[in-house]
Amino acid sequence: MAASKNEDSKPKTAHELAKKQRDISVAEFFEKNRHLLGFDNKRKALLTAVKEAVDNSLDACEEARILPEIIVEITQISEDRFNVVVEDNGPGILPKQIPKIFAKLLYGSKFHKLSQSRGQQGIGISATVLYGQLTTGKPAKIISRIGAKDEAHYCELEIDTKTNQPEILKDEKIDWRKERGTRVEISIEASYQKGPQSVDEYLKQTAIVNPHVTIIYTTPKAEQLIFPRATEALPKEAVEIKPHPYGVEIGRLMDMLDDTQAKTLQSFLTGEFSRVGPGTAKEICQNSALLPSMKPQEMDRVHVEKLIEGIKKTKIISPPTDCISPIGEELIEKGLKKEIKAEFYTSVTRSASVYRGNPFVIEAGIAWGGELPADGSVQILRFANRVPLLYQQGACAITESIEKTNWKPYGLQQSGSNLPQGPAIIMVHMASVWVPFTSEAKEALAHYPEIMDEVKLALQEAGRKLGQYVNKKKRIGQQLERASLFENYIPEIADSIAYLSGKNKDVLTQKLKAMTQKEEIQKVIGTMVPDDSEEDENFKMEMKTGEEEE
Amino acid sequence: MKKKSSQTEQANQALQELGNKLAKDVEKGENPSIEVGIRALSNVKFDTKSKTLMLGEKKATRYLFNVAHIRKFAQTLQVARVAKTLLEVGKHASLRDVFYMSKRTIPNTRINLVDEQKESDKAIEDLELITDLSREQLNMNANKMGSVAGKVVIEDQGDEIDWSKLGSGGWSIPSNVEEIEFKKVNARFVIYMEKAAVWERLHEDRFWDKQNCIIMSSQGQTTRGIRRLLQRLSSEHKLPIYVLADFDPWGFYIYSVLKFGSISLAHISEEQAIPTAKFLGITADDIEKYGLQKHFIKFEDVDVSRLKQMSEYEWFEKSKAWQRQFKMMKKFNAKAEIQAMSARGISFISEKYLPEKIKNNDFID
Repeated sequence: MAASKNEDSKPKTAHELAKKQRDISVAEFFEKNRHLLGFDNKRKALLTAVKEAVDNSLDACEEARILPEIIVEITQISEDRFNVVVEDNGPGILPKQIPKIFAKLLYGSKFHKLSQSRGQQGIGISATVLYGQLTTGKPAKIISRIGAKDEAHYCELEIDTKTNQPEILKDEKIDWRKERGTRVEISIEASYQKGPQSVDEYLKQTAIVNPHVTIIYTTPKAEQLIFPRATEALPKEAVEIKPHPYGVEIGRLMDMLDDTQAKTLQSFLTGEFSRVGPGTAKEICQNSALLPSMKPQEMDRVHVEKLIEGIKKTKIISPPTDCISPIGEELIEKGLKKEIKAEFYTSVTRSASVYRGNPFVIEAGIAWGGELPADGSVQILRFANRVPLLYQQGACAITESIEKTNWKPYGLQQSGSNLPQGPAIIMVHMASVWVPFTSEAKEALAHYPEIMDEVKLALQEAGRKLGQYVNKKKRIGQQLERASLFENYIPEIADSIAYLSGKNKDVLTQKLKAMTQKEEIQKVIGTMVPDDSEEDENFKMEMKTGEEEE
Repeated sequence: MKKKSSQTEQANQALQELGNKLAKDVEKGENPSIEVGIRALSNVKFDTKSKTLMLGEKKATRYLFNVAHIRKFAQTLQVARVAKTLLEVGKHASLRDVFYMSKRTIPNTRINLVDEQKESDKAIEDLELITDLSREQLNMNANKMGSVAGKVVIEDQGDEIDWSKLGSGGWSIPSNVEEIEFKKVNARFVIYMEKAAVWERLHEDRFWDKQNCIIMSSQGQTTRGIRRLLQRLSSEHKLPIYVLADFDPWGFYIYSVLKFGSISLAHISEEQAIPTAKFLGITADDIEKYGLQKHFIKFEDVDVSRLKQMSEYEWFEKSKAWQRQFKMMKKFNAKAEIQAMSARGISFISEKYLPEKIKNNDFID
């Protein structure tokens, strides 16, 4: 590119060009891609740092079947420098793994498997370490202990920005008050603000969809917020599944073919995928015009393209869905109740569905009334695998599904295809072995029709329950209003009847008041009987002529 | 005076009956209700024998304990109360007075018993239906609206009044003309016109003197007082009544109301309708004969639909002459005002148009 700008200059030799060719350092990579990783600005950097550490802790605890108790402490060092500490009671990390997990980009356990977990790429926490290192020059400080019998390890780590290898500045055994767990401390350039995209909000929403988690949070303003757990039950363990043929793309398929131990295409298909037995494998081969005995390592791009076409033509049953662990209706309500002061709560967990070979479950919850603000749009809480999504609401498939749902029958106001208005919080959770985000920053769900349909169905189901409540409340309110309406009219009318008939006014008032309590009158009060002595259209027309005086 | 006190007696009794009925409902623990005749075209019959509109049998029941009824219920009782008070002290109130006597806020609410005069007016009409009395009998009067001139002498409240000696304004017609006594009536016919401006023209030209007739008008709307006065002149003095109105559906309807009665006041047609009234103009033929097309005002949608409605009224349906008028008006797709004739000269109407029409007996029945 640089050469083409200087058209007059003479052609460059390969040697000259080679001088410019070198490894791109991770620092450079990071600098260019920080927006993809969630470090576009100082405010977001603080949130991302907390989020990556907390997500890791929760995944570790759940995998080890430990009820998580997370401590988050943020202290402000100077105007734009913060110290972030996240400590868990998880299984701890083996000492030799600590440097790789925290100080090597793209190292992780989750990228190579398909299961419902928070982190996916193994980039988050090491990217945070790198960000801290680049902005403050301070190493990450890690303490981890794997059990009462083992000693705790303390490490200070940096990432070698040239080689993407961990650099261990300090590694020592220390006394630690905790029997087991991991503590991460990272200094970063950041800024702290409250509001809808703050750490406070992120932790609150995390507490809603993870009712089994206790979070103790100390803000930079030294306020302590405690989000206690509402259940002792851990979520069902996430089951690892093999990919489904419908979900793999060409690059992935080529990687899998390279890595496989299988000797033939037939055994590759049956061994590496879910829902592919010998019969289905044969059919795929037939449909792709490939020999089942072909060696996977010998397949080139043309073969792989044929294979993809063959998969598309073959009918394969949907992937198993028991690998998905939704929060569940009861716990969603519990989660909402403990963090949101509303009057009515409802929730829906849909049964599992599939997009592009990936099983997923959509859940929705609604909190309505109470202390929620009645004016303006409803608040939306979006979650993917129990992680709150705080940015890019407008670009998210969940938001669009909410807008495209007709909320009027459910007691909320809505103009056209906009967000509904009213005192409500609408939450949607997608649980899946693979959540399709629109970008690496994992902020918005991609618009797959299968997903949007499921979200809509979940919202409608929850909406109906909301509508029943709101409309019933309205009815009761109207009845009360009507009853009081009559009570206000009664003295007026009793007075008139007394004047016309000469009867005692107080007696009439008492009797009329007593009548409002009678069952058949109450029934009449509840129903609207139109006044049919009203003039019809023709009569109105007549009045226009001004036929009568004044 | 004897007649008057018996009328008051009758009114008082009707109001007492209404009170007794409601008190009895309360006594029995039943939802108090009032029956009101329905004032809508669907409940109006054209009586071919008397050639007037009569209210049908259909009645609506208005309940106290009904969200949709309660306010009207209270309004009706309120005007009944006002009526009783007026009868007791022997004074008359205008419709506006009744409105202010009824206007107040229901305690503990933001609801006004009546918000506008239209509502109390309606309640009064309902009370007429309930008690079978006219509002004049209930001591409630409309404003004076019309003027009259002619060689007539009457006595009203002990004063003798000569309709030919009242200067430029003429005699203004009160709301209640029941007590008026005709002392001397020297006229061949009566012309009633919907435009006060036309009346002033004819009065200035002393048309009533030259043609030996009575001229009467109102401000567009034909009040009950005027209708009753016309009816009395027609029935007591056998004077033909001619109607002069604009060439538009609304003008035709003024004639319809005078002759047959109105839908909303069908319950008092008996003392209001003038079956012998004739339509003088402006007719479609006048338009053509006097070249008034150039003063046409184009029809709007509402005019078209009103015209269609009128042509379907039972009392016009079988009249060939009227159907012809409707058809021609529809073809013109336009209307014209009486004043359009001023284009032919300021006194064209009094010197040429009217004398010609009357001389040729050019009316529509």
